[in-house]
Amino acid sequence: MSVTKDDVRKVARLSRIAVEDARLETLAGELNGILGWIDQLNEVDVEGVEPMTSVVEAVMPMREDVVSDGDKVGEVLANAPKSDDGFFVVPRAVE
Amino acid sequence: MSDLTKLTLAGALDGLEKKEFSSRELTQSFVDAIGAANPQINAYVVETPDKALEMADASDARRAKGEAGVLDGAPLGIKDLYCTKGVRTTSCSNILAEFTPTYESTVTQNLWDAGAVMLGKLNMDEFAMGSSNETSRFGEVANPWRRSGGDNSKLTPGGSSGGSAAAVAADLCLGATASDTGGSIRQPAAFTGTVGIKPTYGRASRYGMVAFASSLDQAGPIAKTVEDSAILLETMCSHDLKDSTSLPVETPDWRAEVAKPVKGMRIGIPKEYRIDGMPEEIEALWQQGIDWLKDQGAEIVDVSLPHTKYALPAYYIVAPAEASSNLARYDGMRYGARISGDAQNAFYEACRAKGHNELNATYMASRATGFGAEVQRRLMIGTYVLSSGYYDAYYLRAQKVRTRILQDFEQAFETVDALLTPATPSAAFGYGEKSDDPVAMYLNDIFTVTANLAGLPGIAVPAGLDGQGLPLGLQVIGKALDEAACFRVGGALERAAGFVAKPEKWW
Repeated sequence: MSVTKDDVRKVARLSRIAVEDARLETLAGELNGILGWIDQLNEVDVEGVEPMTSVVEAVMPMREDVVSDGDKVGEVLANAPKSDDGFFVVPRAVE
Repeated sequence: MSDLTKLTLAGALDGLEKKEFSSRELTQSFVDAIGAANPQINAYVVETPDKALEMADASDARRAKGEAGVLDGAPLGIKDLYCTKGVRTTSCSNILAEFTPTYESTVTQNLWDAGAVMLGKLNMDEFAMGSSNETSRFGEVANPWRRSGGDNSKLTPGGSSGGSAAAVAADLCLGATASDTGGSIRQPAAFTGTVGIKPTYGRASRYGMVAFASSLDQAGPIAKTVEDSAILLETMCSHDLKDSTSLPVETPDWRAEVAKPVKGMRIGIPKEYRIDGMPEEIEALWQQGIDWLKDQGAEIVDVSLPHTKYALPAYYIVAPAEASSNLARYDGMRYGARISGDAQNAFYEACRAKGHNELNATYMASRATGFGAEVQRRLMIGTYVLSSGYYDAYYLRAQKVRTRILQDFEQAFETVDALLTPATPSAAFGYGEKSDDPVAMYLNDIFTVTANLAGLPGIAVPAGLDGQGLPLGLQVIGKALDEAACFRVGGALERAAGFVAKPEKWW
């Protein structure tokens, strides 16, 4: 499996990272280098092996479904790039 | 008064208890030392001298009333990925801009509750992605150690906790918090002649730590001695309802383990860690460690961890995959840097020209501008291995290999109490020596990454100097929740090595 320029373009879009067209080739090379090295995992016999979901055996903790925190509009908005009257202000999605 | 910054944490706490000096005097010594050294070392990315002295005064007042906690008055440095209320926290990434948390991480809160004093925030690789500290937005950290013989080239302190390791080695704090996803505590500790321990996954709460790869990330300290690392780790760990992977277990008295004998312990030597091209000095150091433990009555047992060579490639699927999900939150909407239409940004204009709407163009430009090259590379790898059609071939297979790696350890631990390995495949290297080849850089973590994949505790202890006068470390890996064995064997190695070398002060 070799990564092409088109693959990089697609992955960059999925990652929401703008990439200049001039860099696509370089990135494809880098990703191929890393993925080529990763391909040695194909040597491992994983027949019948369960994929790991948790390193330590632990029961998922349960808690009461109650409100435990809130009324912190000021704190929530404290680091917002742009806010107005208790709301986040974001760029237009519908044009 | 002698230089208080040279004290160990245990020694400083003892001096405070005996009223030989106050926390204000101690803290002032560190504030002065940081002021003088940081322009050269670049370990601190935020210095908080006023806050430190205020905390020191409060500590002195508590001690006068007989209400001192276990770390009362001890000045510490905090890795920049722990959220600290009111103090800028950016994980050394541009995308977090001037982010100033409105809450405190559980680990740091535990330290303050025990009376510790904060000196500032420590440099690191961006989002902890790196092994040399060169991906930080705030620039490189200088390793206080230099090669002997007049070679003044600037060496990396390792990474990602490079600032933590350098600050401890240069006596710019009594101890530091760090974090370890693939070796980010143990590799920098080994590169700087300091002690670093990553506890069992789930021992310390991840609440308020900037996430990298959630199934691997774990908090831990870097300190001057094994005993100091035990003191810090005991306070850092706790069961926390705010982290559902935090384990409901008691934190033992690890400090007491450090001096206990290793006589009768069975120590495993994994043959697969004897890798091709391993420098002779590392090989010799490992043999020296084996001899030290044997001399103290431990039994040495050869063991096999057959899937060791697959750990790093599996890690470079699992960690980027989790990172691509975790870092999706940095979108420039609720916090951090936003690059939108008014920014006159080439990425934004290009996205608009390609027909993306304002919102998507803002996402893409903010992330292209805010993330560094290594982070972007890993996010794209992670997105690729999780994408439709590739998930089974990459991510699922890696998680199965991870199970194999854990099984290897479980089998080995049926016959041994702990494993002894080198901490790193080399001593500290120079800046730029490995940055052209991502895979060469990744190989730094070859001995440490297995413990992350299997969730096991691992400690790095300085054990000697190489031919160029640079420190080298040994690693002890314990069973899950058996940090006690790491501290006991680590203490035995420390005593045998008698490692007292310090970097010659040039800064």
